[in-house]
Order: sequence, then structure tokens, then C-alpha cells
Amino acid sequence: MTPTTRNPLRSLPVSVLAKLVSVEAKLLLREPGALAFGILFPSALLLGLGAVPLLREPSPEFGGLRFVDYWAPSALILGLGIMGLQHIPTTVAAYREKGVLRRMSTTPVGPGAVLVAQLIVAFASGVVTAAVLIASAWAVLDVSPPEQPWWFALSFAVGYGSLLAVGMLIAAVVPSVRLATGAATLAYMVTMVIGGVFLPRFFFPDALARLGDYTPPGVQAMLDSWSGEAVPDPLQLGTMALIGGVAAAVAARFFRWE
Amino acid sequence: MPIIEVTELHKRYGDTVAVEDVSFTVEEGEIFGILGPNGAGKTTTVECIEGLRSPDAGAISVLGLDPRRDRAELRQRLGAQLQESSLPDKLTVAEALDLHASFYRRPADWNALLDSLHLADKRRARYRDLSGGQKQRLSIALALVGGPAVAVLDELTTGLDPQARRDTWDLIAQIRDSGVTIILVTHFMDEAQRLCDRLALVDAGRIAALDTPAGLIARAQQRQYVHFRASAPVEDAALTAQPEVDEVRRSGAQITVIGTGNLLYAVASVLARERIVAEELRVEQATLDDAFLALTGRRLQQ
Ligand SMILES: Nc1ncnc2c1ncn2[C@@H]1O[C@H](COP(=O)(O)OP(=O)(O)OP(=O)(O)O)[C@@H](O)[C@H]1O
Ligand SMILES: [Mg+2]
Repeated sequence: MTPTTRNPLRSLPVSVLAKLVSVEAKLLLREPGALAFGILFPSALLLGLGAVPLLREPSPEFGGLRFVDYWAPSALILGLGIMGLQHIPTTVAAYREKGVLRRMSTTPVGPGAVLVAQLIVAFASGVVTAAVLIASAWAVLDVSPPEQPWWFALSFAVGYGSLLAVGMLIAAVVPSVRLATGAATLAYMVTMVIGGVFLPRFFFPDALARLGDYTPPGVQAMLDSWSGEAVPDPLQLGTMALIGGVAAAVAARFFRWE
Repeated sequence: MPIIEVTELHKRYGDTVAVEDVSFTVEEGEIFGILGPNGAGKTTTVECIEGLRSPDAGAISVLGLDPRRDRAELRQRLGAQLQESSLPDKLTVAEALDLHASFYRRPADWNALLDSLHLADKRRARYRDLSGGQKQRLSIALALVGGPAVAVLDELTTGLDPQARRDTWDLIAQIRDSGVTIILVTHFMDEAQRLCDRLALVDAGRIAALDTPAGLIARAQQRQYVHFRASAPVEDAALTAQPEVDEVRRSGAQITVIGTGNLLYAVASVLARERIVAEELRVEQATLDDAFLALTGRRLQQ
């Protein structure tokens, strides 16, 4: 296959990008599944688990925290994974398969701009997910908002940013929607397991738990800055930033435009 | 001065040669047609002109621009309707046009476009809820929304009903009258005959003939066909004695006389002399299809 678009981003005025972002945002708002699972489900699940009294008791297993405090970042990851590793790869693969990107490549804006808009919208929806989760956990379960808000924001940005890059990498290289769905689901499951969504990481073998500290979206850095127990490890953030950067570069370089 | 120049274009995909040595020019303000059977290389040719594909060899100039090198500028001024493309399922017609209009320096009035494409009452409809013909018309609207100097339309009316086809033809003629140069890829001879100022017949990656539709038909005009059923037996020799008649074919009671010049008159006078009544008499005029057959030895539509 010949790469048909060497510089997909051409000239992209801010006003045009803003319009694309607003259109992609509207399209996301028309996807009840992505909204429910990406944005609302994490909060609902955390609040649901918080209804179990035992999970609201401080426990030495969680470093003196309650389960709901300890597990809150994992709930967030559940939603970020839906957006970054499910919604992005399948939407982009469908855009390619159906000829949406092809149609865009006949316009002055080019197909790359659609992908940028997708990423911006996905990132913003992750911020909303986090905000809803933090607010509802605070209001209902008395989980205090991130103790180190700036570190938390940084951890979130690096972790979720790198997760989106991985999602875009899957979208970039898989040839069909079917394969995108398969690869996306696999990546999602692995990320959820490593992120301690299914089983608190406290039960993990040490190596697996450590792996999750360094791979996107980096549950430990979010936990540290949220609980204020420690400052996120710069090595963890740096590793994720590197993974994200490499994934983004490979995705951009090898993106199948058709 | 030609506005589009294609010189010795070659393009292959692996072992498949899609375009083998195609050259033509398009003058400002004309509708230039490209007609040919499936797989002839029509789409590949126009996608090279649009800058979507890079030719293996040959030169292309559109509005003085190189479609690959100057693609940003070209895309401001060339509108393309692709044979295969679509929009996000849940995007509405109005959103699509409003978005695409924002891409261009001097967009056309998209509300007027919707009116002339009979999509005005569909502006709030989502893309996936449109019928095939409505999607096709939206795709034409998107090709024109940038107010292009050149519009390339691949399979303009495929999937449209007869009324929508005629309306689309009228729209394209209007667009041309407003000064837009148009390249039209088509399978339909009536469409080509009706709209095109000049027409390239493409077969197996080459241009078999390039002329006005009337010129192409004239090249095939030598041969005409008169079909009828005779009320009484008629000798072949009586017919072939006429200078206009080349050949007589029979299939059952059906007789087909093939010839040139004023063939119908020649046949009718023989039948009158022999006191034979011709039933189901039918004269077949040469069409672009005959021209295609005469020029390439192949039928346009199998
Ligand atoms: N991306 C591609 N990869 C490989 N082969 C291709 C590709 N695109 C077209 N071809 C081949 O190139 C040849 C010309 O195709 P093209 O699409 O240009 O034909 P066309 O004249 O537009 O046909 P149609 O009337 O069916 O649209 C065909 O044999 C086709 O199979
Ligand atoms: Mg084609």
C-alpha cells in the first residue's frame, strides 16, 4: 500500500479545529454506550461498591486506606480505558473502513485533523469522567479529592495521554474494524487487569503490580497523588510519557489512511 | 488554455496495470467526460488528478498546480466526489455541510446547494438514515461546497432514480455555466451524451478515442440496424442488391438488415416492391455504446 498522505495535518486554522472538535463532541454525545460506560459507569461502580460497609472500613491491606479510597483510581481507569482503548480504535477504524478519512483527504483540512479532534474530545471526556468520579466519591463516600491536585493533574495527563496514544496506535495499524475491535478488547482487558480493576493490585505478584506502575495509564501515580501518600515517582511518569511518545510517533508514521 | 493537463500517466497496483499511458487536456469551463467499462482505470486516473494517488510516471497539472506537491492549494480549488466515501453515521446533513464549508476560503452558499439537490427537508437527518440516492446527492453537495474552480465527479448519478438523475444533470449544467470546469466519470451513455462537451473513451488503461459525443457517434454512424418481421418470405439477395445494405441476419422470423446511408428507405422500397408488410419495424441508431464497440471492439456494458 502506498502512503497517500505524507503530511496529513496540512494547514489547520484554530477556528476549523474548533469546529471539528465541536462536531466530534456532538457525535460522541450521540453514542449512549460510550457515554454510559466511559463517563458514568466508573462513578456508578465505585458508589455501588461503596454501599458495602466493609469496603468503607480503613484496612491495613490498603495501607490504612479504605477500599473505596484505594480503588478509586482503578475505577477511573475503567472509564479511561473505554474511551482510549475501545472508542478511539473502533471509531477511527470505522472512519477508515467507511471512507470518512478518504473523503476528508479531498478537503484542504485533510484526514489528520479529524484524528486530532477525536483525541481532543476523548481527552476532554476523560477529564469529565475524572471530575464526575472525584465529585461523586467525595459527596457520597467522603473520598477526599486529590490531595496533590497538580501532581494528580500531571499524572492523569501523562497516564491518559499515553493511553490515548496506545489506542491511536492500535487504530493506526489494524486493517479492519473487526480486527480493531479484537485488538482493542485485548488491550483493554490487559490494561484493566494490570490497573487492578478486576482484583485489587494488593493481591498481585509484585512484578505484575510494578508493571502497572509504569504502563499507561499508570494507576500508582494517580493513587499516590490522590491519596497524598507520596509524590508520584518521576520515573513512572517519565516511562509512561516515553511509551506514549513512541506510540504516538509510530502511529503517526505508520497510519493506514486507507 | 487548458486548465488540466495529463501527460503520459501510468499507474499500476502490484501486477495490475490500472492506467497505461493516458494523456488529455481539459479546457476551462467544459464538462469533460471519462467513459469506460469496470476496471478501465477511470477512478485511478481522476484520483491522480485529485492528488489522492501518486502516478508511477507522467505529469499532471491542474490550475497550474502539481496535485501532489501543491495539494493544500489544490484542495482549496478542486472539489471531489469520490466513488466510495462516506460520513460518520450520526452526523446530520446540515452539520456535514456547515463543517465542510468552514474548510474553504470562499465557500459556496450551502443552503442553496441543499435546495438545488432537493435535500433541504433532510438537513436534520443523520447520514445513516439517508437513502442511497440522498447520500449520493449529499456527496455531490460536499464536492461543490468549497466553491471549486474544478469539480471531479466520479459516478455522479449511480444509484439515483430517473428524476433525481435529470435534476442532477441540470444542476451540473448550471454549475458549468457558472464557470466551473468539470470532469465527469460515468458508465452511462445517456449521461455522457447529454452533459459532456468532450468525452474520452477509456478501455484497459488507455484512451481508445477522444472527441465530442456527436463526433464519437459519427465515427460509428456508418453502421445502422433495421429490424423487422416479414409478412411473407423475402430473399436475402433482394435486400443485398441495394447498395446501402451490407448484411442480412435472420433469427427465426426476425430479420436484421445492417448497412449504411439511408438504410431504412432502401429496405422499405424493397419490401414495397415485393408487396411484403414489415411488422415490428425498428431502426437502431448508433449510440455511444456502438461507438465504443466500433472503437475498442468491446461492449461498454456486458
Ligand atoms: N487500491 C488498489 N489496489 C489494487 N488494485 C487496484 C486498486 N484500485 C484499483 N485497482 C485495480 O486497478 C484497475 C482500475 O481500477 P479503477 O478503479 O481505476 O477502475 P474504474 O475504471 O474506475 O472502474 P469502475 O467503473 O468499476 O469504477 C482495476 O483492475 C482495479 O482492480
Ligand atoms: Mg471507478
